[in-house]
Amino acid sequence: MMSKMIFGRYIPGNSLIHHMDPRAKLLLSFYFIGIIFIANNWPTYVLLFAFTLLAIKLSGVKWSFFINGVKPLIWLILFTVVLQILFSASGGQVYFQWGIITISQFGLVNGVYIFCRFVLIIFMSTLLTLTTPPLELSDAIEYLLMPLKVVHFPVYEVALMLSIALRFVPTLMDETEKIMNAQRARGVDFGEGNIFQQMRAIVPLLIPLFVSSFNRAEDLATAMEARGYQGGEGRSKYRILKWHGRDTWATVTFAVLTVALVYLRA
Amino acid sequence: MAITFKQVEFTYQPGTPFETKALTDINVTIPDGSYTALIGHTGSGKSTLLQHLDALLKPTSGTVTIGDRVITPTTSNKDLKRLRQHVGIVFQFPESQLFEETVAKDIAFGPQNFGASEADALKLAAKMLTLVGLDADLLQRSPFDLSGGQMRRVAIAGVLAMQPKVLVLDEPTAGLDPQGRLEMMDMFARLRHEQQLTIVLVTHQMDDVANYANNVIVMDHGRVVKTGTPQAIFKDPQWLAEHHLGLPKTTAFAQQLIARGMTFDEMPLTEDQLAAALVKQLPTSVLGGGDHDE
Ligand SMILES: Nc1ncnc2c1ncn2[C@@H]1O[C@H](COP(=O)(O)OP(=O)(O)OP(=O)(O)O)[C@@H](O)[C@H]1O
Ligand SMILES: [Mg+2]
Repeated sequence: MMSKMIFGRYIPGNSLIHHMDPRAKLLLSFYFIGIIFIANNWPTYVLLFAFTLLAIKLSGVKWSFFINGVKPLIWLILFTVVLQILFSASGGQVYFQWGIITISQFGLVNGVYIFCRFVLIIFMSTLLTLTTPPLELSDAIEYLLMPLKVVHFPVYEVALMLSIALRFVPTLMDETEKIMNAQRARGVDFGEGNIFQQMRAIVPLLIPLFVSSFNRAEDLATAMEARGYQGGEGRSKYRILKWHGRDTWATVTFAVLTVALVYLRA
Repeated sequence: MAITFKQVEFTYQPGTPFETKALTDINVTIPDGSYTALIGHTGSGKSTLLQHLDALLKPTSGTVTIGDRVITPTTSNKDLKRLRQHVGIVFQFPESQLFEETVAKDIAFGPQNFGASEADALKLAAKMLTLVGLDADLLQRSPFDLSGGQMRRVAIAGVLAMQPKVLVLDEPTAGLDPQGRLEMMDMFARLRHEQQLTIVLVTHQMDDVANYANNVIVMDHGRVVKTGTPQAIFKDPQWLAEHHLGLPKTTAFAQQLIARGMTFDEMPLTEDQLAAALVKQLPTSVLGGGDHDE
């Protein structure tokens, strides 16, 4: 079970990408998703793929992680692609027509483009989560949300909630595994029998999980209060985000990529 | 029910960067009817080995034979229920497995999963609760209203209620009060004699090993580094220290006596053995004098 949940988990490494400022990584990943929509012909898509694959190569993370990142979404992707192929406006040569369903050259090409967009977005966001520790990511989000303080958005509290949640995901997974094993040893079959039996098998898992989560939350709150936590305003930080030369260079590279895309697009 | 490991290896999350090899080349037998203690430094693979006793984990390679069932890396997850009925595991901090509305229902949960009728299971629950030393009026209470120690006992009663042939205990007394620990350990030993149980105990308490076990398996870094009687294991304090293990209190005391020039034919492990060995060495004149304190 744990091994299946591995996608999106931070994989320690020592690459240029690992050492980038999480704010730069987060912003550039969003930016990348934006500029994917500039691409509209095969040279632009080839360029985007070349760029993404180069970034993956630089990170030193195994290819299989990225392929595995696509796998759980493959049905959604194929569904969208098929819709696109069947129902997009006809253009170019028409291969097949039946009622409102048309398979045209235009539709096929669009289907391929949509597929490419999905894969690019998944690869890039997988690269972000695989090379950035969750806590750094939440620091970056906190920093980027800061402007919202003007409208009294509780930035510190939200960031704290986010980092606590991220911190306890692995703990919760371990706990789940442990309780499942304990109940299996008492004769529960998880994932067997009809849907009704399966739902019933979940109860002995969920209740202990809830109980232990509430207990843990209470302990954590007590521990924080005991150590004088009084809200985030004016707290200094243990992890300090630092913008380096490499982050500037990464930004410049993305700017160049954008110019190239605009130049190459049809 | 004897349990045999043959060339068992186990790796957590194989094929990922988080791969951890937890067991290496395990060849060991837990004899039928034995009281086997499994000891080793923290992280040495004891809990991982335990989960193989109930096919909760299957070996990455090698075979585990439990009674007449053979578990291999390819054994299907279905049809393990009969096996699990015969092996009861009390996990580390078992109180986290409680979930029912009442103590009685929670204890009855295991037996009912293995086909007992509700009435029978509840009767069993009442019996098991007294066995673990709790009062019968707790039966209708919510398990979440109990103290930590009481919850622990209820969880243990829930495993005992399955009436297993092999009882596996992963540090069952960690965090209990000294009196409670003693009661618990005596209860397990008594059960073993009454019901011909096989017991496997994981513990960091060398005193418990000395007092109760008749077979010891020592693990280090995922390997079994020694098996034998407690006598044989505790003979060599230096070797134990190398594997981050201590001595039972009595044996440590005897070692100090040895350092001061005393000799023992056989290393005493329990207080009774030490007392007997000392009495044997006293000059008869002192024994005749009568005025010695215990
Ligand atoms: N779910 C898991 N996923 C990955 N690695 C694990 C998992 N559980 C245990 N390990 C690793 O396997 C090794 C053996 O762990 P195990 O829990 O069997 O030790 P132990 O002897 O029971 O220790 P302790 O005395 O502290 O309970 C350790 O290195 C541990 O980090
Ligand atoms: Mg353990």
